[in-house]
Amino acid sequence: MITKDNSPDYEYVSQKGLTREIVEDISRRKGEEKWVLDIRLKALEMYYALSMPTWGPSLEELNIDDIATYVKPASSMKDNWDEVPENIKDTFVKLGIPKAERDYLAGVGAQYDSEVVYHNIKEELLSQGVIYTDFDSALVEYPDLVKQYFTKCVPLTEHKFIALHYAVFSGGSFVYVPRGVHVTMPLQSYFRLNSPESGQFEHTLIIVDEGASLHFIEGCSAPKYNKFNLHAGCVELFVKKGGTLRYSTVENWSKNMFNLNTKKAIVEEDAVMEWVSGSFGSHISMLYPMSILVGDRARTEYTGISFAGEGQNLDTGFKVIHVGKDTNSVVHSRSLSKGGGKTTYRGLVRIMPSATHSSSFVDCDNLMLDDISKSDTIPVSDIRSSDATFSHEAKVGKISDKAIFYLMSRGLMESDAKAMIVRGFASPISKELPLEYAVEMNRLINLELEGEIQ
Amino acid sequence: MKNILTIDNLHASVHDKEIIKGLNLTINSGEVHVIMGPNGAGKSTLSSCILSNKQYVKTAGRITFCGEDITHATTDVIARKGVFLSHQLPEEIEGISVFNFLKTAKSKIDGKNVYSTDFRKELMPIMSSLDMSESVLDRDLNVSFSGGEKKKCEILQLMALRPTLAILDEADSGLDTDAVKAVSKGIEMFRGEDNALLIITHSMKLLQHIPATHVHVFIDGKIVKSGDSRLAEQIDMRGYEGYKGENG
Repeated sequence: MITKDNSPDYEYVSQKGLTREIVEDISRRKGEEKWVLDIRLKALEMYYALSMPTWGPSLEELNIDDIATYVKPASSMKDNWDEVPENIKDTFVKLGIPKAERDYLAGVGAQYDSEVVYHNIKEELLSQGVIYTDFDSALVEYPDLVKQYFTKCVPLTEHKFIALHYAVFSGGSFVYVPRGVHVTMPLQSYFRLNSPESGQFEHTLIIVDEGASLHFIEGCSAPKYNKFNLHAGCVELFVKKGGTLRYSTVENWSKNMFNLNTKKAIVEEDAVMEWVSGSFGSHISMLYPMSILVGDRARTEYTGISFAGEGQNLDTGFKVIHVGKDTNSVVHSRSLSKGGGKTTYRGLVRIMPSATHSSSFVDCDNLMLDDISKSDTIPVSDIRSSDATFSHEAKVGKISDKAIFYLMSRGLMESDAKAMIVRGFASPISKELPLEYAVEMNRLINLELEGEIQ
Repeated sequence: MKNILTIDNLHASVHDKEIIKGLNLTINSGEVHVIMGPNGAGKSTLSSCILSNKQYVKTAGRITFCGEDITHATTDVIARKGVFLSHQLPEEIEGISVFNFLKTAKSKIDGKNVYSTDFRKELMPIMSSLDMSESVLDRDLNVSFSGGEKKKCEILQLMALRPTLAILDEADSGLDTDAVKAVSKGIEMFRGEDNALLIITHSMKLLQHIPATHVHVFIDGKIVKSGDSRLAEQIDMRGYEGYKGENG
């Protein structure tokens, strides 16, 4: 995590709080068409009408009147790193983004606060008809395609923070993979929330057309400030008949962040949706990716890990709704807590009467590194099909003193022994991540465990 | 001949219950000491105490290793100085391969970088002498290993880490005859003039293959009798009954 503020110049920072004027101002500055502004204003009404969630972690400390919802860096979008202003580029260089693009990615997007500052995609993908651009550009360049899908997966009414999101959304990525096209290298978008007391509300919309495949990687981070920040992004994913989408995320927010992100996928016949998720940092996270298996034989798999340290409450989980016949879902969730941190697995498996011969397997494993940390598992299952197969396994345990002694008897310091056990515990998830991200995750684990012993 | 380990009047407790009640032991280089005793006598507590397992509190006494006081040193420091414990029940560590674990341990104990390719080559002859397949290196450490595989894996670590003092806690329990042979072959290969062995056991299996220089009978937290290998034979025939009285 970069803690130093690179103090970039901002072209514009909205007033704090949320009013109709602010929303109209954001829309005007972006030069949006009326249909987009209409969505924003309708969402604003929803935001006022909907109440705060009455379950989960307390959001009392979050006050929208203290948050600037739109922060525009003094840079327009570039497709060449050399043209990105030095202070902004520095941040992304430190995060390893330009190097990753050269080494193993098919395309990269980089968002700084509210606006995307860099977007690029390899030529051969363009020639195959793949679209990968920032969401604001997509609204202008592909309005029909966007209109067909935008808000159709995650409606404005989903919850209060989605309404907030649609009122002030800015940036994010848009991907369209045409029928039968296999994107063999991943695309990656990186979201950096750099400004204090501000919010990031990026919108990501991905459509994988029939028989196509894509691996999309999302990275998020923010430097540390004393004031609270808010992240309320939205991810809408459509996996068409026979398509495959893998969506990998490593979120490493600073510990003053409210991360209230919404991610959902609609999965059609014979399509596959895979989620890989690593949640680090944040003060409070409420994050429940969801797959709706609408088509017959649709499949989804969720592999996720969260790590909560002192002062952190990470409330995460996976939701799946089986609608089609012979649909299948598999969940592997792991969580770690230390220093009084709290992790909760809050999941939902709903198998509708139409989803005959469907199966779901959920496995949650929670490891507490000390006596003051907490871990909870709140799985909800709603099985309405009589021939469904459903199983749920949950384990909550403390790190084993015997295992620590065993490793220490081979010369490892206590902190190294703990880190090794934790890395091992996290390995089913890190194995699923691209190598660079797995390395980053191990680095984060070591960072979290650093200095707690001796 | 060099002094390797000296334990002087050691007392140790767990949850305020005294388990080790004034134990004395001196081990010199080139020696093979065997501690025998019935189950529940506190034999494993002794090995845990030498390695400063936090579960036990040393209430009195002193332990020196190669002239250094290690009574209150931490487990990792003691290991890095050259004490190895072959655990009675090796822990299963998910997600960490035997190779990565062993490589980390080797670099910590030798205090320098260990290169994967070289180290793997170094392990090959050791593994074949223990009748272990190379694929074991890529399995998660001890996870779903049979009892015999776990014990062999401990001996593999012993041979790779080359300590000055090897403490073998029930290294032969749960092993079939072939495995006992492989394990004792490994121990025999390790044994030398500059190092020493402390074998903790309640059976004679291993002792048929490894000649003991010193045998101690350990009952109720103390060594009640010491002798040479003939003492082990006597115990094998007559059991511990005669010694329990001596401890009053």
